[in-house]
Amino acid sequence: MGTNQRSVWIEGMRDGIPIGLGYLAVSFSLGITARNAGLNAFQGFLASILNNASAGEYAAFTLIAADAPYLEMALITLIANARYLLMSCALSQRFAPDTPFFHRLLIGYDITDELFGITIARPGYLNPCYTYGAIIVAAPCWAVGTALGIMAGNLLPLRVVSALSVALYGMFLAIIIPPARKSRIIAMLVVISFAASYCAARLPVISSLSGGSRTIILTIAISVAAALLFPIKPEKEDTGNVA
Amino acid sequence: MSHNIYIYLAVMAGVTYLIRVLPITLIRKQIQNQFLKSFLYYVPYVTLAVMTFPAIMDATQSPAAGALALIIGMLAAWFGASLFQVSVSCCVIVFLLELFLCH
Repeated sequence: MGTNQRSVWIEGMRDGIPIGLGYLAVSFSLGITARNAGLNAFQGFLASILNNASAGEYAAFTLIAADAPYLEMALITLIANARYLLMSCALSQRFAPDTPFFHRLLIGYDITDELFGITIARPGYLNPCYTYGAIIVAAPCWAVGTALGIMAGNLLPLRVVSALSVALYGMFLAIIIPPARKSRIIAMLVVISFAASYCAARLPVISSLSGGSRTIILTIAISVAAALLFPIKPEKEDTGNVA
Repeated sequence: MSHNIYIYLAVMAGVTYLIRVLPITLIRKQIQNQFLKSFLYYVPYVTLAVMTFPAIMDATQSPAAGALALIIGMLAAWFGASLFQVSVSCCVIVFLLELFLCH
């Protein structure tokens, strides 16, 4: 590795530090969900080091708690992580033509809102070393935080657990609200999704379905309707908004 | 519990990795289908919104604290707070409110 590449690694690690700290806090709250689903610290660590996904893991843990079928697990993971599909599409456009193939396999391991955000924010072709630097700092924080949440969730007073359990929802809000401010369509979709989700959780018949099934049905129905009614214009398409 | 937790973890990890790695390895051109592009564009916002509410009210000891955390989190994010700041604001407001509501 040349000196130049090494300094790019270090730059990536530096930018990974604030991301890792955020991950620690949020994954701690995720660990509390995992503990409620019956996972031990090792299983939580494994889940997080393999998945690196907040919403996806959260949804999956609620399914584990409900003892859902494996197929439902696969579907909810697909739905909750569908945004990574978009980010991966965007990143696929940013590799230099002569980049060895294995870099695509490695970068694909940790495409998250934050790491995608800092990777795509650099001008020109993607430099895998930069992203590796950030991953090597941030990914262990996510996994260790989850394990700590499972272990310490037992020791903490109930009111502290209660407070921490909303950290993950805060993270979700931080992802969806800024784009909603910029786009009236997204703002409207968020409000409709809240309302539909509330009704689905309270109305007879549909409320008897599992939370995961309701999420899948509502996501597909509302997103298909939005895509038909408000197709995005080619020049407005910007997957970077999601990060 | 009739399902094996390690099979659950393998399914999660397999699906998640495929989602991330298939486009980056297979797609060398922009997706052209407008419906598909629009659908993929809207999915993250809808699914995160659906998962947040009303679940946030069931996560806390008192539903009112969860509801207030939702409002505070939305305001903080609206006015440009970072992901970390939004998360912390939600936690702090629940902690403070439950000092009064729950004994």
